[in-house]
Amino acid sequence: MRRRLAPAGQPPPTTADSAALLKPDRESGGTARAVSRRGLLGAGVGAASLGAAFAGGMGLGRSNTTSGTEAPPVPLQYPFYGEHQAGISTPAQDRLHFAAFDVTTSSKAELGALLKNWTSAAARLTQGLPAGVVGPTSGDYDAPPDDTGEAIGLPPAGLTLTFGFGPSLFEADRFGLESRRPASLQQLPHFPGDLLDPRRSGGDLCVQACSDDPQIAMHAVRNLARIGFGTVSLRWTQFGFGRTSSTASGQVTPRNLFGLKDGTANIKSDEPTYLNDHVWVKRTPDPAKAWLVGGSYLVARRINMNIETWDRQSLREQERVTGRSKAEGAPMSGGTEFSEPDFNLTGRSGEPLIADDSHVRLAHPDQNSGIRMLRRGYNFVDGNDPLGRLDAGLFFITFVTDPVTHFIPMQARLSQHDGLHKYLQHTASAVFAVPPGVAEGEFVGQALFA
Amino acid sequence: MPVRLTGYGLLVVVPASLLLMPLTAGCTGSSRSGAATPGSGTDSRHLTVRATDAACTVTPDSAPSGSLRFTVTNASSSVTEFLLLDQDQLRIVGKVEDLGPGLARDLVVTAAPGAYFSVCKPGLAGVGIRAPFSVSDSGTSLAPAASNADLVNAATTSYAAYVERQTDQLMAGTAEFMAAYLAGRDDQARALYPKARTHWERIETLERFADLDARMDLPEAELAHGELWTGWHRLEKDLWPARARGYQRLSKTDRRLYAEDLAEATEQLQTRARTTRYTTAQIANATKELMEEAATAKVTGRAEYWSRTDLWDLQANLDGARAGYEALRPLVRRQDPNLAAAIDTKMAALQKLLDRQRKGDGFASYDSVSEDGLRQLSDAVNGLSEPLSQLTAASREG
Ligand code: HEM
Repeated sequence: MRRRLAPAGQPPPTTADSAALLKPDRESGGTARAVSRRGLLGAGVGAASLGAAFAGGMGLGRSNTTSGTEAPPVPLQYPFYGEHQAGISTPAQDRLHFAAFDVTTSSKAELGALLKNWTSAAARLTQGLPAGVVGPTSGDYDAPPDDTGEAIGLPPAGLTLTFGFGPSLFEADRFGLESRRPASLQQLPHFPGDLLDPRRSGGDLCVQACSDDPQIAMHAVRNLARIGFGTVSLRWTQFGFGRTSSTASGQVTPRNLFGLKDGTANIKSDEPTYLNDHVWVKRTPDPAKAWLVGGSYLVARRINMNIETWDRQSLREQERVTGRSKAEGAPMSGGTEFSEPDFNLTGRSGEPLIADDSHVRLAHPDQNSGIRMLRRGYNFVDGNDPLGRLDAGLFFITFVTDPVTHFIPMQARLSQHDGLHKYLQHTASAVFAVPPGVAEGEFVGQALFA
Repeated sequence: MPVRLTGYGLLVVVPASLLLMPLTAGCTGSSRSGAATPGSGTDSRHLTVRATDAACTVTPDSAPSGSLRFTVTNASSSVTEFLLLDQDQLRIVGKVEDLGPGLARDLVVTAAPGAYFSVCKPGLAGVGIRAPFSVSDSGTSLAPAASNADLVNAATTSYAAYVERQTDQLMAGTAEFMAAYLAGRDDQARALYPKARTHWERIETLERFADLDARMDLPEAELAHGELWTGWHRLEKDLWPARARGYQRLSKTDRRLYAEDLAEATEQLQTRARTTRYTTAQIANATKELMEEAATAKVTGRAEYWSRTDLWDLQANLDGARAGYEALRPLVRRQDPNLAAAIDTKMAALQKLLDRQRKGDGFASYDSVSEDGLRQLSDAVNGLSEPLSQLTAASREG
């Protein structure tokens, strides 16, 4: 039994060697961050500013260090309120803590109240404030603090919190939301090779917390979970330690755990046409579904990589199934990283240089009736399995205008034909409707729960 | 590919190990296309080739004998290739094929002292741009310069015969199994199932059979939405439905339908095997992929989900890998004796572990193996896969 894919084309008797791999070409973390699209803040602060924040004794990230004569670094911070939720077209931060919840109450009012509380906590947390108004070290001496405290002294490091609603929330006999359910908000179908763990899949609600500081992302999820006790229960969480996408034109393209540059051809935050066409949910004539207009769909796939097997593949095979070079991420048809792939260019045997079963060919808009997606995934390692292999891979997240047109057909093709898929195992899956952003005084999902 | 120095318990130095040297100063600078650029003579065995539309500049144009690395950059506007030819310009010592414009790739060859020719073929056309390239005697002892043609020929002949034999036996075993299955003698069918499949599992990774693989050996989880499930595992589920929820046994007619499809596919396999020869690269790839199969599907108990006969398959994968390797072994021994020794050791180690799981004329059920036992098998498969991943490079025909 093999995965159904044809294995490597037979290599001619030469080896391309990986000298390029020895080259230290991952830019260090201290590069200037792209300025937020909303133009708020964000010059020149990377993860490196953490230390400075400690040294300067920042109070909850509210102020800047003032030592030295140079302009103090401005903490990277994104506004919470806006037309769209932050954390989608926001330049991808370095770390992720993702949480999915099951709603345990059957009261719609209680759930609405939670969303209100989550919204106000999120508005505070993303601005570097404690989760509650009292703070981690003040208030009634006989009461527990309303913030857990591990973020004291840390700046928000670009924290964004993005909320979503799973299909199960709209089922009959729950909150009376059946008629509000958009037709595309469905559990994903089975794809060839899926080996999904139900305990790590699905969920009624989700929170995507992204920050350049893992402790900040975790702090946010922890405090939101705490606020939710009694109303929701944590279903699964996923930690991601390295972004595998760039979502802003200035961002250095990072690498995934296959060592490949990932995010090259991604939709970028400064491509409004692509965002409108492929990411945000479009207007609908049906007023019952209008609550999602301007929002998006989040599809999450926990994809294990058989990295031990991958590492034993020749550089020839690795580049072939990818369709891009490992060193530069250039298309196999030539050029540099951002050159357009030429899918028609052939080599000596008449085979295309970008192989028919390569990931890039199969995922490219040219081969998918113009479909694009905004990818925002993260590398993960969750220890190892009982057989001594790293439980590692890519926690794939994508935001699309409609999963039925923008995710399912592409995943179906990839699962069946993608040469890369042979080294992958999808182990969890979830889909959420992500409502649009909120204005001050509103709460996330207000149109459904007010 | 950089060598892993631990792991085998042996120091395995493959020719490509020179790659570890570029860590010295000269090679860390990067060209536009990312491959390392050789420096100011710190490594006289690392050369650059700049292939433009009109020129093919090899710098320097000579090197001491040994393992040479050419970093070829395509600075032309079309697809190119680079070849290193022997003195008579007949034999290809090594080549970089199908290099897109702007890209760079390395070629690693072992070169004995003598005269050679470098060739670039911009646009893959014509005789290309040729220039002499000389290799001086460095005193480094090399594998005999003699042609490997005899060894290559022996390898491909014996391996083709092996594959043919397996398909013949598969045909016979399948017929016997089907007779029992169609007559409703399920106990007998269950006993024959893993035996017949052994002959398939020994050759399952050959690229030539990929389409038949999907028809004969697809596990249920690999099915696309709405796709018809055929092959061995469809019958397997029918014979061992214990793990299936609410399973409805196949009717007599359906049994016949699936059996006939499998028989037909097996026949095609047999016919194809009679007329196919395999290059050493194809043999090497199929061999290492058998161990990858073992690692991802057999050691994990995913292949034989219903029957739990994964260890039979694991043994068959190992048999097949051994056959492929035995065919190539003389070639590998000539080119990289340390690698041959490592593979010998690791194959024996895996076999020893598997022997402990023997039961009757076959193997214990996957479920009866302890977690510790599985862990050891997994480690042994990995231990063997590691040197096998060097097999393609070490059994080059050149
Ligand atoms: C672990 C799994 C995956 C790996 C390692 C991977 C890796 C890559 C790499 C290296 C690229 C090329 C660089 C770039 O443009 O970003 C790429 C592109 C892309 N991938 Fe993936 N990918 C994975 C899963 C997926 C999945 C599940 C999907 C969607 C269903 C997907 C969709 C795409 C798309 C749309 C592109 C851009 C293609 C183009 O426009 O040229 N990838 N991926």
